[in-house]
Amino acid sequence: MGLDFTIIPKYLDIILLGCAWTIGITIAAAILSFFGGILFAVIALYAPWIIRQPFRLIEWMFMGTPLLLQLFLIYFGLVQIGIDLPAFVAGVIGLGLHFAVYNSELIQTAILSVDKGQMEAARTVGLSRSQALRKVVIPQAVRAVIPPIGNNMIALLKDSALVSVIGVSELTLSAQRVIGKTYRPFEFYILAAAFYYVINLCMEWVQRKIERRISISR
Amino acid sequence: MDIDLMLKVYPFFLEAAWVTIQLSVLTAILGLICGTAGAAARLSRFALVRFIGAAYVSVFRGTPALIQLFILYFGGPQIGIQLDAFEAGVIGLGINAGAYMTETIRGAIISIDNGQREAARTLGLSQWQAVYRIILPQAARLMVRPLGVNLNMLIKATALVAAISVIELTYTAQRYIGSTYKPFEMFLLAGVLYMVIIYVVGRGVAWLDRKVQIN
Repeated sequence: MGLDFTIIPKYLDIILLGCAWTIGITIAAAILSFFGGILFAVIALYAPWIIRQPFRLIEWMFMGTPLLLQLFLIYFGLVQIGIDLPAFVAGVIGLGLHFAVYNSELIQTAILSVDKGQMEAARTVGLSRSQALRKVVIPQAVRAVIPPIGNNMIALLKDSALVSVIGVSELTLSAQRVIGKTYRPFEFYILAAAFYYVINLCMEWVQRKIERRISISR
Repeated sequence: MDIDLMLKVYPFFLEAAWVTIQLSVLTAILGLICGTAGAAARLSRFALVRFIGAAYVSVFRGTPALIQLFILYFGGPQIGIQLDAFEAGVIGLGINAGAYMTETIRGAIISIDNGQREAARTLGLSQWQAVYRIILPQAARLMVRPLGVNLNMLIKATALVAAISVIELTYTAQRYIGSTYKPFEMFLLAGVLYMVIIYVVGRGVAWLDRKVQIN
């Protein structure tokens, strides 16, 4: 069976819809992973020992196992304890938590590298410890860490392909569905790859813009 | 926690872990070959070769590894490439890992001061000798740790071949989750095995890194 790319326009709408879902799931998971990352970082650094240690263990497990395995755990695990979430939500939670752990590592380092004097000064002018963290330390840490978090978000886009396995109709699964009808895997997977590549290039462009802006205003 | 069930199925997980290890080793070897070739291409004198190297890195890092596997395994037969799932997994993941390793290897090489090459050339070494005897041995020291990070990612990426039905750790976990409805137990079994593999490899890389440092 040879190649026939002329078949693509007929199914382009399904693929484009898949694209929209991929962008949606990437944005939703990115937001979750960003705020989750801040929360995890604060827990890992400042929570009492009894919370911190088990938490670190869970973090370590998330970093030491494949995302695909974690997606199976979250999707089927939630069903087992009686929470029947739509695949999309399970996918966002899985991707979001996975990358929150990676973001947390970055944010922890950044928080520790904010000058101690900042915290001391904030306490001196009368802010409580948690206020000082929220309003003085974390904003500075997050700013420093935006470029590497951008790299994580680009990785997140590519890993969003994995949620096709738990049945989210994003770009990869849309391509699979079309292939099920047309028996043309090469053409449609190449098309899907091209769309991922374009989204990826757009994200890299935005990342460069943001980096430039941060470096100017410093 | 269903310990009895875990004791009953764990031999299958051990077998699957062995497949994951084989996949990882073969993928790492292919990745290193592709990464070395890619780095050589990116540092070439010829603009066309440099462009090919850059395109390789950009395309393979810019698209999901899962899609690359699907193109090779499902799309391959259309252009005359017939591979079984394991072969497709090794080749697909190896080429993908090679794109990441290209940047690691290139990064280490360009961080060696150009004066080293100039000095070697002045002393009468040929271009090839200067690279082979002076630059690469120094660059190799710098590569060990970042290549270890690539290796860690690669081991986790072998889970993707579950999607083309290679019976490795993740596929086995998925199958037993489906048949036993015990996701936490199966996750724990597979997860611990992954972490053991990654831990051992991490220690190995740390040992090698200490070994190659001068001081």
